[in-house]
Amino acid sequence: MKWLASRWLAVYAVVYMIFLYAPVILLPLFALNTSTIIAFPLSGFTTDWFVGLWYTDTLHTALGNSMLVGLSTALLSTLLGAFAARASARFAFPGKTGIVGLIMLPLVLPEIIIAVALLVMLNQLGMPLSLWTVVGGHVLICTPFAIAILSSAYRGLDRELEEVSFDLGESRWGTFRRVTLPLVLPGVISSLLITFTISLDEFIIAFFLTGTDVTLPVYIWSQLRFPAKLPSVMALGTILLVVSVVLLIVAEALRRRSAARQGIDTTLAGV
Amino acid sequence: MALRFDREAGQGLRLISPTFIYVLVMLAAPLLMVMTFSFWTQDYLTIDTTLTLNNYREAWGTPLYQVLMWRSLKISVIVTVVTVLLAFPIAYYLSFHVTRRKALWLFLITVPFWTSYLLRVFLWKVILGYNGVFNSALLGLGFIDEPLTFILYNLNAVVITLAHAWAPFAILPIFVALEKIDRSLLEAATDLGDSPTRRFFRVTLPLAMPGIVAATLIVLIPTVGDFITPRLVGGTDGLMISNMIQIQFGKANNAPLGAALAVSSMVVIGLISFGIFVVGKKLGGRVR
Repeated sequence: MKWLASRWLAVYAVVYMIFLYAPVILLPLFALNTSTIIAFPLSGFTTDWFVGLWYTDTLHTALGNSMLVGLSTALLSTLLGAFAARASARFAFPGKTGIVGLIMLPLVLPEIIIAVALLVMLNQLGMPLSLWTVVGGHVLICTPFAIAILSSAYRGLDRELEEVSFDLGESRWGTFRRVTLPLVLPGVISSLLITFTISLDEFIIAFFLTGTDVTLPVYIWSQLRFPAKLPSVMALGTILLVVSVVLLIVAEALRRRSAARQGIDTTLAGV
Repeated sequence: MALRFDREAGQGLRLISPTFIYVLVMLAAPLLMVMTFSFWTQDYLTIDTTLTLNNYREAWGTPLYQVLMWRSLKISVIVTVVTVLLAFPIAYYLSFHVTRRKALWLFLITVPFWTSYLLRVFLWKVILGYNGVFNSALLGLGFIDEPLTFILYNLNAVVITLAHAWAPFAILPIFVALEKIDRSLLEAATDLGDSPTRRFFRVTLPLAMPGIVAATLIVLIPTVGDFITPRLVGGTDGLMISNMIQIQFGKANNAPLGAALAVSSMVVIGLISFGIFVVGKKLGGRVR
């Protein structure tokens, strides 16, 4: 009975994985296909679409913009996340639930609401839209992720280690640099990578809050209207997918290393 | 002791204050402003700051907005139910049947989620289209004589695409809840004579309920706010309230009405979420 149920579930799991991977597998297929029409049958193999990306200036500008936004977002949200994660893991203070709840709110708020709210405020204040307003919005949605990752890093941090360091005469800064930081560093790097990846792919907030400078997803959105541009978009998407997956593997490996160092069970931590 | 607590509280508050202030300025203030805005009116470029309920009258009274609102709720609820139902067996399989390499499975489940969201939605259009992958495959295998047309530019397409987009968000919370279940409880149920089915409904399901509620809310709330999927694969029958919000802030240039629509949908979805939370709490958490 148990054996039979297990078999059925395994079959279901395989079918479900095919469903999950269907669009992902098509992406490189059409990126390497000669025809500009995105349909089967495939007409032939080419790498022209990838080569073409090298000569598309508007794309390079968009990529540069996304890098700027992604890096700024990653740094700011990880910094803000570190403050909040450390405070909530280490200290008890009044209003903790409410404050942490408000900080985590963007996790369950539709992005369009965040985008529209920020847009209204910026318009009222007469502030011009730019890449920095996009960063402002992205930091908001990335900070909860940073907190989730960093909390598990801080929670595993043995409080006694820091106290021992104080007792042995290290200064506050010395303790941070020589005890705390090395232990949470993998978590910090993993948070930087995840928040960068989220920002790189975020469309709705970027769409509402950017001025004339477009980010990569906004650029892709504008290209989807032109059928002739589709294969290059597929090629671009393929590159982005490979980059994201590599970043994620690195982030995951680092997170596990930090968890292993602190002796936490790796299957559940951070999920 | 009291002194120590005070010092600790002060330290904690100081430490969290940069993040808290950021969220106050960038989230709480804008949200309050949107609410205020929804009571104002806009005439071309000038904003009239007299408080009025006109936007809400229009948002709730105009047939078009009513249709869009109902459809958004309907689509979101269907998407959520489908996504969670499809996700549960996977989470169950991972938790109870996979013994080695659980982390690898979890990683594989999250990978497709990191493909550009826009491109994933667009690729579903390619899969479901008239000359699409799905139709070509069925035609090639001889299952159908002409392409199916009921799978693109309608509600079905939106449901399939969103069920795909939110899959990992549904699987992970359920998986975590299932992992937490004390396996000895299941053994006890069997020893006391429960059949596997009965055991599932009396022990496993109630204990998994917090995860199911979390999955439901995580999928339901953002789905209402999505405007890309309806626009790319939904056709005219698949447009949702967020598309209208986007139009009001963009082309229609009526931000106060857009704000009223946004606030209205948030209130409705907030109430529904609260309802789900309460019901979930009643249903789950303990073995019955």
